[in-house]
Amino acid sequence: MGHVYSALRRPLVHGGKSLHDVTHDVCSSIEGKPSQLWWLGFFGSGLVALMFVALIAWLLYEGVGVWGLNKTVGWGFDITNFVFWVGIGHAGTLISAVLFLFRQKWRTSINRSAEAMTLFAVVCAGLFPLIHMGRLWIGFLWVAPYPNLRGPLWVNFRSPLLWDVFAISTYLTISAVFWYIGLIPDLATVRDRAKHWGRKLFYGVLSQGWNGSVRNWNHYETAYMIFAGLATPLVFSVHTIVSFDFATSVIPGWHTTIFPPYFVGGAIFSGFGMVLTLLLIARKTMRLENYITLDHLENMGKVIILTGSLVGLAYGTEFFIAWYSGSMYEGFAFINRATGPFAWSYWIMVSCNVLSPQVLWFKKLRRNPMVLFVMSIFVNIGMWFERFVIIVTSLHRDYLPSSWSYYHPTLIEVLTLVGSFGLFFWLFFIFVRVMPAIAFGEVKGVMDMGKPHDEHKAHGANPEVSHG
Amino acid sequence: MADQRPDLFLGVFGDQDHTLEATKACREAGFTFYDVFAPYAVHGLDRAMGLPFSKITWVTFLCGAMGCIIGISGMTYVSAWDWPLNIGGKEAFPFPAFVPVMFELTVLIGGICTMLGLFAMCRIFPGKKARLFHPRVTDDRFVIAIEMDEDFNESRCREIFAAHHAEEVKQVGPDYDAMAAEGGAA
Repeated sequence: MGHVYSALRRPLVHGGKSLHDVTHDVCSSIEGKPSQLWWLGFFGSGLVALMFVALIAWLLYEGVGVWGLNKTVGWGFDITNFVFWVGIGHAGTLISAVLFLFRQKWRTSINRSAEAMTLFAVVCAGLFPLIHMGRLWIGFLWVAPYPNLRGPLWVNFRSPLLWDVFAISTYLTISAVFWYIGLIPDLATVRDRAKHWGRKLFYGVLSQGWNGSVRNWNHYETAYMIFAGLATPLVFSVHTIVSFDFATSVIPGWHTTIFPPYFVGGAIFSGFGMVLTLLLIARKTMRLENYITLDHLENMGKVIILTGSLVGLAYGTEFFIAWYSGSMYEGFAFINRATGPFAWSYWIMVSCNVLSPQVLWFKKLRRNPMVLFVMSIFVNIGMWFERFVIIVTSLHRDYLPSSWSYYHPTLIEVLTLVGSFGLFFWLFFIFVRVMPAIAFGEVKGVMDMGKPHDEHKAHGANPEVSHG
Repeated sequence: MADQRPDLFLGVFGDQDHTLEATKACREAGFTFYDVFAPYAVHGLDRAMGLPFSKITWVTFLCGAMGCIIGISGMTYVSAWDWPLNIGGKEAFPFPAFVPVMFELTVLIGGICTMLGLFAMCRIFPGKKARLFHPRVTDDRFVIAIEMDEDFNESRCREIFAAHHAEEVKQVGPDYDAMAAEGGAA
């Protein structure tokens, strides 16, 4: 029995497209010559990415002294950027896996680019813990038992920092696998449309001789569901473990049990913010309005208002518990956060993350791409500041007032953050030219939604009845 | 070898519902499917062909379990056996602290093996030449390929294909692999 969708539902794809139109619309953007706009973006972001590489090289040559960290504030922009990028990397798998398990068919138009975004964000994220060690090469030695006077000395599996190594590398690997598995049938389509031998070879190797056999689809669909099932707990585990980096310490402001759900909610929030930013640009420049419709944007807006409210609730809960616990250190940490020297960052965070998404309660604004775009930028800024607030304001005034200090990021730190955006966008520009940016194989499978069905017509059945 | 294989009888369709119904009808008629080809996953087409549920779930389960065991035994060896270090007075075998890495290794090894298992079960690999039975089978055409063995009845099959709006019906010879490869490349 095929899936039969209610004719009362709004169609997911607009413009009365045929199956071939879908293939053509998506594939034509990676065939032919790239536009000037694309070259501009590619070289522009490429230059910024080169600056990122140069800054990392300078850091490794000169040492972490080129950053503004001090004895009290040992984590600044580096770990803020790490947590920020990992958070960005959560929307892709959430859209691919969690929405798949919940049978949210609208995911098919956006999952491919969201997954790509996930991969690139995790690449950016993974760099920061590595480079923040300064002497990067020693970090690799620590993974294996390294030679010393006492015999083989192993890594400490009781440390959340080591769990994080496993979580991030597993997440990167499984996201890449999930993304590639989803790409195979679409790459086969691109291969069969290719005229140039080079393209035939490139897409032929990547698509591994896929020919649409239903015997293969049978295994494929089961495997895809398994990946969704594996990736769903994985995506929750990753930011949970990132939050353990803080929560298992004894620093006031970090040592709270609310951290895992708070971080996961924030990660989904920031991830959807970035997905919106990128897709609103891609939709306009690649003319994908019929595939990424206002309904898709509205759905993402709803996820943002939900997760933004979760984050707002967490901010309130933290304050309440700081008072209710009766711990003076905890209480001080939070009062210092909102009124201390870093209060500016706290209030930027609150206005971007809690106030700005409130516009999404209104349907008219939720369906306005310009409003969504501005709001998504605010969410990106706000969520970067959330991590900055958590890390820096908790560190800069610790138990010992004599060691209290302030943190001034150096120009190099600021440019390193900018550079990581360059790398992220550069990879994304390459992706939209090389891979089909919309999972059209999956889109084709949901195109029946909102259309009267043959079978119903034949049997004269009520088209509202949905079964399958 | 090639001459021992039966000829194939192909029906080309342009719609998933027609393909699905034609597949069901062919199965009821008792024909042997060589395969059915579809540009995207049509839910239920595999069951209509009479294919059993994929066994790939076992690959995930067994390899995931292996990953979990590797995780717990490796960490136990490192932390409790080979060189137990007293770090902050924590136990040498703190089970809850091992859970995150056990979980990650379950997912990692289970996931990678599922991917490799999928490639093996689909018999696909980089460099494999795609056998296409219609140049647009990865775009918008569906192909039902029936083996012309002793269960086959050509007039009945033509009837079924025609009843379900087949766009094209054709017979391909026993060297269909070579032919299909050429047709696909065209």
